[in-house]
Amino acid sequence: MSKPKLAIYWAASCGGCDIAILDIEDKILNVVDFFDVVFWPCAMDFKYDDVRKMEDKSITLTLFNGAIRSSENLEIAELLRQKSVLLCAFGSCASEGCIPALANLYDKKSIMDYAYKESPSTSNTENIYPQTQTIVPEGTLTLPELWNTVRSLPQVVDVDYVIPGCPPQSDQILSVVLAVIDILQNGKELPPKGTVLGSNEKSCCDECERKKDVKKIKKFVRPFEIVPDPDVCLLEQGIICLGPATRGGCGAKCVSAGVPCRGCYGLPSNIKDQGAKMASALASVIDSDDPEEIEKIINTIVDPVGTFYRFSMADSMLRRKQI
Amino acid sequence: MSFEPKIIGFLCNWCSYTGADLAGTSRMKYPPNMVGIRVMCSGRVDPGFILSAFQKGADGVIVCGCHPGDCHYVEGNYKCMRRMPLTKRIIKEFGIDENRLRLEWISASEGAIFQEVITEFTNQIREMGPLALKELNYQPDEIADKVASEMGDITHV
Repeated sequence: MSKPKLAIYWAASCGGCDIAILDIEDKILNVVDFFDVVFWPCAMDFKYDDVRKMEDKSITLTLFNGAIRSSENLEIAELLRQKSVLLCAFGSCASEGCIPALANLYDKKSIMDYAYKESPSTSNTENIYPQTQTIVPEGTLTLPELWNTVRSLPQVVDVDYVIPGCPPQSDQILSVVLAVIDILQNGKELPPKGTVLGSNEKSCCDECERKKDVKKIKKFVRPFEIVPDPDVCLLEQGIICLGPATRGGCGAKCVSAGVPCRGCYGLPSNIKDQGAKMASALASVIDSDDPEEIEKIINTIVDPVGTFYRFSMADSMLRRKQI
Repeated sequence: MSFEPKIIGFLCNWCSYTGADLAGTSRMKYPPNMVGIRVMCSGRVDPGFILSAFQKGADGVIVCGCHPGDCHYVEGNYKCMRRMPLTKRIIKEFGIDENRLRLEWISASEGAIFQEVITEFTNQIREMGPLALKELNYQPDEIADKVASEMGDITHV
């Protein structure tokens, strides 16, 4: 009997998700023992045409990382949907936009201008910008088109499961992969469609072992400004920690190392907008009843949207800055 | 046809909703543009409800609660007071004019102030023109229904 087929793809992503997969260490051998890896551009040389030639639904499982922000991203997302039985949004970019989706606070033109013209390290006196089509003597060269708005994978194609995290933690990846192998090997039932795999239903705070008390904040600080008490809740010390509005499952690794939660596991299932929920939680513990003082304390929050929506911009209610 | 702003109001049960009731029973006229959602306390108004109203097509959102010190739940309106400036900063960064969101304290006896505030806010939003969020564009009643259903336990009235 032929092995089940596995595909791993990256769209608009940094490659960290692929590395996280390799971080399951020697267990990767179990994966390649069980699966036939048919497509994994980050690790091996495959061509899109190889995928186009496959039969529909011939890939058992596709782990798709990366957000959708170009015509190429969308084309491959649609292609892999067509060829896969199970399509999994893998990591924060695919499931909710992540860092690439912060581009939604700008538009394509200003991004292009900065990248190809205005950034201090760029010298582009001839005003050369990437073109979707360039005619050269040998023929026409093409590049994918970049869009104004970054979208998540579930916003463009039908997705079966979501594995959150930036990147998903390797122990969680391993448990998901082993569970999939177990299900396929023993003919067990798959979890219901739409299940968020490799995470908990409760918030990151639930996993955090720091001592938590009544929260009253007079001033917000950035982590480098103070030496935080190693045992007390970071939020109580004025450091913006997104734990209250973030899904657990990471094992609270950042907070136990003294770094505030940045929210990469995304929103817990009972809320709709991670940033708004964080704003709600954070503002309500400001220790003042005086509107002017409140305003002053709130102004100590540097970049609220970039902080609260660092990972969930594409999946948020407003999705992008209005242009 | 002239532009009629769609305004969602979050009214606290104990003061502002009663104030709106007083305006009604006293036959004070104010523009019908605002559709109210009754909440038990202005402290129940999560910034997400406000974003949700804008997302679904509201041109303006007004939150009304008891005067500071008068909260039925002692400090719910202070929580609202603290959330509003942060919510304004957030919507501003999303490209929505912060003046489209307003907070007012209106007591149960202030029917006339309710009338005045709603009239003024409606005129202000009318002048600002429609908020161009293109994705969803529901009618005011539908916006209130949908936002209320997301809120869970609250019915829109």
